[in-house]
Parts: sequence; structure tokens; C-alpha cells
Amino acid sequence: MNIRYRYLRDKVILAVIVALTLTVVIPLAIIIVYVIVNGISAINIDFFTQELGSPSRAMLGRPTGLMHSIIGTILIDLTALVIALPFGLATGIMMSEYPEHVFAPIARLLTSTLNGMPAVLMGLLAYALVVKNTGGFSAFAGSCALAFVMMPIISKSTESILKITPWSLREAGLSLGLPRWRVTLSLVFPAARGGILSGVLLAFARAAGEAAPLMLTSFGNNYLTLSMSKPMDTLPQRLYSLAISPYRNWHAMGWAGAIVLLLFVMLTFLIGRITVQNMKRKARRLSNNT
Amino acid sequence: MNKKLQHQTAPEVRMETKKLSVIYNKTVYGVRDVDLPIYTNQVTALIGPSGCGKTTFLRSLNRMHELLPHALVTGQALLDGQDIYASKIDPVVIRRKVGMVFQKPTPFPSKSIYDNVAAGMKLVGIKKKSILDGVVEKALRDAALWDEVKDRLKSPGGSLSGGQQQRLSIARALAVEPEVLLMDEPTSSLDPNSTTRVEELIRELRQQVSIVIVTHNMQQAVRVSDYTAFFFVGEMVEHSPTKDLFEQPKEERTVEYLSGAFS
Repeated sequence: MNIRYRYLRDKVILAVIVALTLTVVIPLAIIIVYVIVNGISAINIDFFTQELGSPSRAMLGRPTGLMHSIIGTILIDLTALVIALPFGLATGIMMSEYPEHVFAPIARLLTSTLNGMPAVLMGLLAYALVVKNTGGFSAFAGSCALAFVMMPIISKSTESILKITPWSLREAGLSLGLPRWRVTLSLVFPAARGGILSGVLLAFARAAGEAAPLMLTSFGNNYLTLSMSKPMDTLPQRLYSLAISPYRNWHAMGWAGAIVLLLFVMLTFLIGRITVQNMKRKARRLSNNT
Repeated sequence: MNKKLQHQTAPEVRMETKKLSVIYNKTVYGVRDVDLPIYTNQVTALIGPSGCGKTTFLRSLNRMHELLPHALVTGQALLDGQDIYASKIDPVVIRRKVGMVFQKPTPFPSKSIYDNVAAGMKLVGIKKKSILDGVVEKALRDAALWDEVKDRLKSPGGSLSGGQQQRLSIARALAVEPEVLLMDEPTSSLDPNSTTRVEELIRELRQQVSIVIVTHNMQQAVRVSDYTAFFFVGEMVEHSPTKDLFEQPKEERTVEYLSGAFS
């Protein structure tokens, strides 16, 4: 075997990997640049402090903005997270820690199915369950729809993270005569919390970008409301309606809304990454001798 | 004189298995029909070649193998005369009486030294500091670790050396005051110095707890144990006082194993 040939082959394979990575990264960069170029002109103080109002506001040059969509997004997404968290975590624990339980295989099947289901169906589900029964579109219905989006992601990631925490940890706990739920909650869960958190944030960011499930649930609103029982606006859905509107000013606002949404999602990931890295650093410090 | 006396008075039986078998997947025997007494305040060593079932047997003594799906136990394991496999017995209660130390030290990585030792008490709701302080100090003293860690009880369990971590695991097991302590090759991941310390510790600990130790190392069995059981292909071949087993083995297979015919 010629050693130069081996070096060459190494370089070629690396080049292929770099090229393929760029194919993924370049479109993403183009999207970000394009969004910023188109939207930056519409970002001003009014954008963050005013409601959208009727189209005439934009046409007449009166102050208008997406304050209500930004607040709505935060409200609906956080409520969705609060709803999804206990169910998602519990299902993840069930699948990882109680694999012999009759529900575990069912939960696994349903979670995988739910994970691959188009998000608009989650909207339909929330429509049938919440909107129909409460008598109208509401922010809360939107939160439920997004919670359906988050749940399977949270439970899948929780399951896989718990599964890679060392078995010896559970045995050590059980050998002390601790009940199983105690071992799971006080020993296994804390050991895995960094990974669990990043899975939760991933689910959150993913749901934050969804427009389809919200159309039939939180519906949208041109004005600010803080009531979870009323229709409320969200950025992804507002982007869609601004984009298909006939007003040039609204198109620009749509692009600006996209910048804010992008930043929101990126910030979520960033916070997640930093938190997880801090936890990892701490964990490394704790076990630097093993 | 003293030694002679020790042999004459038969030690009290703390645990005893009767025709105990562990079966995997309904067909494969991990161990088969083992009758073995475990004497109070004595060290019983389980020796034998790899895969002979010593660890399987050990784990059946506190129902640890139940964590593996498809493992089934037949026969009896009596603790103070009561079958730990009886239908209404909770494995959690058994594991409180029969503690375990594993091959690799297993400190809880995110907990402090103090909380590692206190875990067995704290996590079942005993929160009173005055009680816990006493328990932690006693357990750490018993595990011969107190002097090394008394000034840094708040530092993480993972910051200790391997040998210290193993003694921490022993302290943690002792803190819940088990009647029997199972040790699964407790020194196999330790350096010679740490091994010596843990062996000395085992000799001392038998004053307060009955010990069963699985070891790969025959010299270790000689050094630390009072009784030795030789396992071979899932069977308990021979059980006698350690001195007798090594000096006058009765069974052909024991003789062959001890002479190094197989390992």
C-alpha cells in the first residue's frame, strides 16, 4: 500500500464531507441573508410597540407593528411547553425505565407515529378537542395544538437520553433499597438533565416555527390580546397572512417578522447550548477521576 | 486454641439458599440447584472460572437480577429463615437488608461525598441532619474513609480516587445498616494499594455484617474469607472453610481448578 495514496484518499474523503456539509449550510445562509435584506427596512420602534391594526394603517403610513404577534408567540409557546412537559417527560420515562410495562410498547408506537405526523393534523386534533368544545378559537387551543407537536419530540429525546445513562447508576440506587421511582427521579433523571433540557428546547424551537397547527386553533388577531380564551396572533402564522396579503408594506413587515422569529428560535437554541455545555462542564468536573 | 474453638462452634446461618436456580429465557441455567449457607459475621468467598455463575448467584441474593427481563428464579433463598422470593415480599425491603458493592465504583456523580453516603437514608425521607450526620460519619469510619474525606464532605463523590470511590460505595452500602453485604469483585478495578486497603476493610467489616464476595483471585479468597464456595458451570461444586477448601479440596474439579488446570 502506497502511503501517499492513502493520504490522498484521506484528503478526497474529507473534501467530499466538506462539500456535502456546505450543501446544507449554504442554503441556510442564503435564507438568513435574504430574510434580513428584505426585512431590515421594516424594523423600527413601531414594529415592536404597535399592533398591526387594519390595512389602512400601513397604507396611510400610520404606525403599525407586530408587537401583538411577538407577545402572542411567547404566550402561546410557553403555555404549550407547560402543557407538553409533564406528558412528554412521563412518556419518555415510561419508555426508558419501565420497558416491561404494557403501556411502554404502545407509547413507543404512538410517539413515533405522532412524531411523523404532519403538524396541521395536530391543529385539527386541537380543533376537534378544544375549539369545538369551548365554543371558539382561542390562544389556549393554539397552545394545545403546539403541545401535541412538542410532546412526541420531548418523549423521544427523553427516552434516548435516559437510555444512555449508565445502568450501574440504577443498580447502585436499587441496591440501597430505594424504590424504583425514587431511583429514576433522584438519580437517573438528574444525571441526564442536560440532555433532557436540550431535547425540550429542541421541541420548543420546532413548535415555535409552526404555523399550520395554529390556523384552526389560535386563529390570529390583528390586535393585541393577553386573554388565553380569545383568538391570538403568532409570528409564524402572521408571516403567512402578511405574505399572501396584497399590500407592499405588509410584505416588508412579514420579512421583518421572519427576522424576529429566526432570532427567537436561534436564541432558544443558543440558550440551550450554553446551559447544556455548562452542565457538561460541571459534570466533567464532578467525575474527573472516573 | 482460639482457632480450634472457632471451628467447633458452628457459626449461625444468616442466609441460606435451597435448590436455588436462576434461569434465563426459560431454558438457560445461570446457576442450578445451589444449596449454600451464608454465616453470620463471616466472609464467604465465591470463586470459579469466568461464566461459572458466581455473579449470577450473588445477584440472586438481593433480587438484583430481576432488573433483567426474562430471568427467573426457582428454589428458595432464606434470609433469617424467611424466603426472599415469597410472593408478598417486596424486593425493595430485601435490598435494604442485603446491600451490594459493585465491580466498578459507582458514586452518584452529581452528589457530594456526604450525600452519596446519606442517599439511602435521605431518599426514603429521613431528613433530620442530626441523624444523618451520625450515620454518615459512622459509615465513613467503618469504610476507613473518614480521615481522608472529613474535611471535604461537600465535594463531589466523583472527585475521589478509584480506591476511595470504592470505599465510598462501601460506606454508602453500610449506611443503611444491611445484615448482609454482597461484593461483586470489589477490587478488580483497583490498584494494588487500594486493593490491600479494601481487603483489610473486608476483614474488619465482618464484625458487623455478613459478607459474600465474588472474586476472580484465589489468593484474595484465601486472604479475606472464612468460607469459600467453588462454582463451576452453573453448579456449586464445593463449600467448606477456606483453609480446608484450598488445602484439602474434596472434589476432583476443585483440585483441577486450584492447580490451574483451567481458569
